[in-house]
Amino acid sequence: MRARLHNSIWGVVAWIAGIIFVFPVIWMVLTSFKQENVAATNPPSWFFAPTLAQYTQVFDRNITPFLLNSLMASIFSTILVVLLATPAAYALSLRPVAKWSDSLFFFISTKMMPAVAAFLPVYLLVKHLGMLDNIWTMVILYTSMNLPLAVWMMRSFLLEVPREVLEAGEVDGAGLLTSIRKIILPIVSPGLAATALICFIFAWNEFFLAVNLTATNSGTSPIFLVGFISSEGAFLARLCAAATIVSLPVLIAGWVAQNKLVRGLSMGAVK
Amino acid sequence: MTVTVARPDERTQPPVRPAKGGAKDRWVRRAPLLPALIFAIVVTQVPFLYTIYLSTTSWNALRPGDKPFVWFDNYVTVLSDSRLRSALFNTVVLTAGAVIFSLILGLVFALLLDRKFLGRGIVRTMLITPFLVMPIAAALLWKHALFNPTYGLINGVFGGSTDWVSSYPKAAVITTLVWQWTPFMMLILLAGLQSQSHEVLEAAKVDGANAWQIFRRMTIPHLRQYLELGALLGSIYLVNTFDAIFSITQGGPGTATTNLPYEIYLTMFRKFEYGEASAAGVIVVILTIIVATFALRVISSLFKMEENR
Repeated sequence: MRARLHNSIWGVVAWIAGIIFVFPVIWMVLTSFKQENVAATNPPSWFFAPTLAQYTQVFDRNITPFLLNSLMASIFSTILVVLLATPAAYALSLRPVAKWSDSLFFFISTKMMPAVAAFLPVYLLVKHLGMLDNIWTMVILYTSMNLPLAVWMMRSFLLEVPREVLEAGEVDGAGLLTSIRKIILPIVSPGLAATALICFIFAWNEFFLAVNLTATNSGTSPIFLVGFISSEGAFLARLCAAATIVSLPVLIAGWVAQNKLVRGLSMGAVK
Repeated sequence: MTVTVARPDERTQPPVRPAKGGAKDRWVRRAPLLPALIFAIVVTQVPFLYTIYLSTTSWNALRPGDKPFVWFDNYVTVLSDSRLRSALFNTVVLTAGAVIFSLILGLVFALLLDRKFLGRGIVRTMLITPFLVMPIAAALLWKHALFNPTYGLINGVFGGSTDWVSSYPKAAVITTLVWQWTPFMMLILLAGLQSQSHEVLEAAKVDGANAWQIFRRMTIPHLRQYLELGALLGSIYLVNTFDAIFSITQGGPGTATTNLPYEIYLTMFRKFEYGEASAAGVIVVILTIIVATFALRVISSLFKMEENR
């Protein structure tokens, strides 16, 4: 009885902490349904007549192409990452190459290198090729950005394939393709989905490369928000509407996949 | 949630050992790895080699003409420039501040979530949410909707008219980063807490250990590798912080929040000093390698210690 009371007190504390912590997001969504003059009041207005005016405004200002660009860059880079990383992870786990750990650490070391350090040559090359403001440039760069993460993650999932089952399959004369289709894929497909989801999230949210390499044609969703950086207050509600729209895909993806999130973010180190 | 920490040594040896096959077998094994390996080398390493070359030329993009080879002049310029040193200092303060505070807050949240209570799943979802907000959207949200002196939520609720961003620029940036990264730390530490063996904890309780003793003597040592992992991964991501600086402070006031990525960005796209920007980039990579080697060594020594127990 005492233990239960104890637990419910801590439960209340956890609820309060959670609500305070998430409150800026709630505030963002609330503000996005206000009129500008209601949004910028002091003290803050808690009760107001909700309006969709800001969302209409944001779509009138053409956020759609930005969203589509983000969608393209994120989806195509994710497909490319999975296609490159899965065989690589296989060669680093189930049928390993001789110096598999060197390769593994090479991949992670590219993740440690700050993007700005190698950015100038990339920028110069992209400019030279006339590929500035081109969505395929972003696809390539996001692929390389997410590749280490995906290799590490896929490797950690492939290591879960039981060796006995694989060997039994080989004894029964199953070829490589059969064992991939019948044994490996069913076991790792949730992992594959989680990997893809995390790569999608990082590509969707990426800002540094996008702000320096894209402009009017291939600007991604974060770029749509750049215009709000110096807008002193006049457009707070509109900013909140735009921020809500661009964050929504990742919010949904993250909520759905929250059980897999920790494994992906720790590159497969924590299961 | 199953929990194990993978180790970069013997413990994660693949189930199948590399066979000593012939040349053909080696290439068959290598083939699936090559596309990814070549892609990574071409897109990340080749540009970096070119950065090293550029760092030895005097090249300002606004000045036409040739790009003379100047040996280490750019490095001398960059290293003797107080801007880089202050950017380095700011990077350390911002990264360390964000990592330490998000670890502490993440630990508190993880401890709260490690108990059973009504609606635990909902609270967990709420606590994860800030991590999922697009970073630049989060930065702008804090800048305009929370920190603003006249209509920001913080002054609106607590009164006063403090201009948070101008008065406490570093703290403002760190607060935003901590808010976004606490969920990340929380998830890693929660996985650590849930991997504690219940029997051992029960046994300690039976032996008369109180809650604080159990936390201090058993939970914290058990969590140590998770804390290290969170700190390492958090630092890798946070040292690159660009969005928050770009949108909240633009590196200011003065150079109070200009970190290395932002300083290199300014050298590249505001001053067009390509040679100097490259030299600064190379210096950053060398520093990263030193820090990362050190961090990885700490972690693998921890793993070894665990194993010898």
